[in-house]
Amino acid sequence: MRECKIVSRKFDIPGSHTLEVSKAHGGYRTLAKMDEYSPLEIIEIIRESKLRGKGGGGSPASAKWTLMPQENDKNGKSDKPSFLAVNCDESEPGTFKDRQIISKDPHLLIEGILITCYAIKAKHAYIYIRGEYKQFQDILQFAIDEAYEDGLLDHCDITVHRGAGAYICGEKSALLESMEGKRGHPRLKPKHKEPEWFFDNPILVNNVETIASVPFIIQNGADAYKAYGTEHSPGTLLFAMSGHVNNPGVYEAEYGTSMMAYINHFGGGIRNAKKLKAVIPGGASTDVLTAQEAECATLDYETLRSMKSALGTGGMIVMDEDTCMVTVLKNLLEFYHEESCGQCTPCREGTGWTDKLVGKILDKRGTKEDIEKLLEIADTMNGKTICVFAPAVATVIKSFVSKFRDEFEVAV
Amino acid sequence: MSFVFSKENLLRIETLKKRYPSPKALCLPCLWMAQHQEGYISIDAIDTISEEIGIAPMEIYGVVTFYTMFHLEPQDKLNVQVCKTLSCKLCGSDEILKHLEGKDVKISHVECLGSCGTAPVMQIDDVYYEELNPEKVDEILKSLR
Ligand SMILES: Cc1cc2nc3c(=O)[nH]c(=O)nc-3n(C[C@H](O)[C@H](O)[C@H](O)COP(=O)(O)O)c2cc1C
Ligand code: SF4
Ligand code: FES
Repeated sequence: MRECKIVSRKFDIPGSHTLEVSKAHGGYRTLAKMDEYSPLEIIEIIRESKLRGKGGGGSPASAKWTLMPQENDKNGKSDKPSFLAVNCDESEPGTFKDRQIISKDPHLLIEGILITCYAIKAKHAYIYIRGEYKQFQDILQFAIDEAYEDGLLDHCDITVHRGAGAYICGEKSALLESMEGKRGHPRLKPKHKEPEWFFDNPILVNNVETIASVPFIIQNGADAYKAYGTEHSPGTLLFAMSGHVNNPGVYEAEYGTSMMAYINHFGGGIRNAKKLKAVIPGGASTDVLTAQEAECATLDYETLRSMKSALGTGGMIVMDEDTCMVTVLKNLLEFYHEESCGQCTPCREGTGWTDKLVGKILDKRGTKEDIEKLLEIADTMNGKTICVFAPAVATVIKSFVSKFRDEFEVAV
Repeated sequence: MSFVFSKENLLRIETLKKRYPSPKALCLPCLWMAQHQEGYISIDAIDTISEEIGIAPMEIYGVVTFYTMFHLEPQDKLNVQVCKTLSCKLCGSDEILKHLEGKDVKISHVECLGSCGTAPVMQIDDVYYEELNPEKVDEILKSLR
């Protein structure tokens, strides 16, 4: 497997989180290069690179950047300051990659923020970090303090904003509600494409890893980035792997890598010489794959979508042959029930009801009708809610029941 | 008894106000400061924050209850937060929870801590404890007494 370290290049260097070590290994070198370009030219390079958002959705980064008002905009909003929000909420089960960036190479993130803010003409960036990550937040804040002392942040401020325990605040509009001092309730989607808003000011929301990928692209050009990955999923991702593997962890790989090659090469195969049963490919909200499907899967957006699942955050959860899939679904539904923000009835009630039903099946008190009911409830959760949380839960339920139906039937 | 922010915190609040387009954005930062200062968030603290940032007390109360990391009551016991989400479950969080039963600590079940690669995991105060087994849990608890 080809080694490709774009974001994780400095991870293994001792002291990589400090300014001194970062600079000694090329940190902030791209800022000089950045000055050669205009903001619009930077956005153009990002567009050419086809960089996709790495927070789960995978939408092209440049499309969102272009929505931010440049000076000559006449949309009436140009008098308002623009902002950047970096999403470090990282709460999707199976996902633990952004944490590596902020604790092992926070200066790479800061460098990426400076370039991004230059491109969208923002003078202030916020990093929204999940409350549990206090330990890693301290490392990040130390790096930001160093950058201030060094004069790197003379023209662009960075403020770390600590969350307080709520999965849904990773959804971008909920994140902004949370930053505005409210409950983290996702907002209704606008009818037309427009930026996100922070107290009526335009704001761009991007994932930590998306922003940390920017310096490489500006330094080396769009083609250097596209040399990795596939045509439509270019570049690399910090894929993560947990569950029943010998060496769980985060390893950067190019998109298009074979899933099993990744699991065997980096993960050292399945623990205790067991057989593989299933893989959740990209965080808990992506549909489960059977071992057979995993054999054919490659780690890119298009292939996983064609398999009716998704690449998501690239956080794979690997399960061996002894795993009870009813127990797994029950575990996930407990999570969803706990984390639904409660705004939409189908989501609030549906997550609780399906959790109870699967619990009943697990306790061998269920009936065949309960399995049908489960699928019916899933149907009512799909497509009638403010955010995509509930539809994702619905398809997860269906994927478990349809692919492992025998286990559910044995249990009733 | 009313709540007053420490001098240090008042200074931080003044600095932070310059960093946001509206003082309302200081809601979570102020709640964190209050919780650090008192160990929990009292109703008096909510009133003080309300005056500081211009959000109604009832609304701030709603915010406090929305997030799992804020407490409205003082915490008297060591709060051991064990992750019970999938990767930890697959790697033995049940065994850790069972082992903790009957010990003189508050056991909280929490959702994925973003540490799935080093499962099973627990958090006490702000510190992560990873790749747990029963013996390791005992050592950790002993060191925290
Ligand atoms: C329920 C839900 C949870 C999400 N959680 C996160 C998260 O923890 N971190 C993240 O970066 N994006 C998360 N997202 C995606 C964000 O809404 C947003 O698309 C992303 O931060 C944009 O950055 P990107 O384009 O760079 O990926 C979540 C989305 C949903 C619907
Ligand atoms: S779908 Fe669920 S999480 Fe999303 S807004 Fe509605 S209730 Fe909240
Ligand atoms: S499942 Fe326990 S840390 Fe992610």
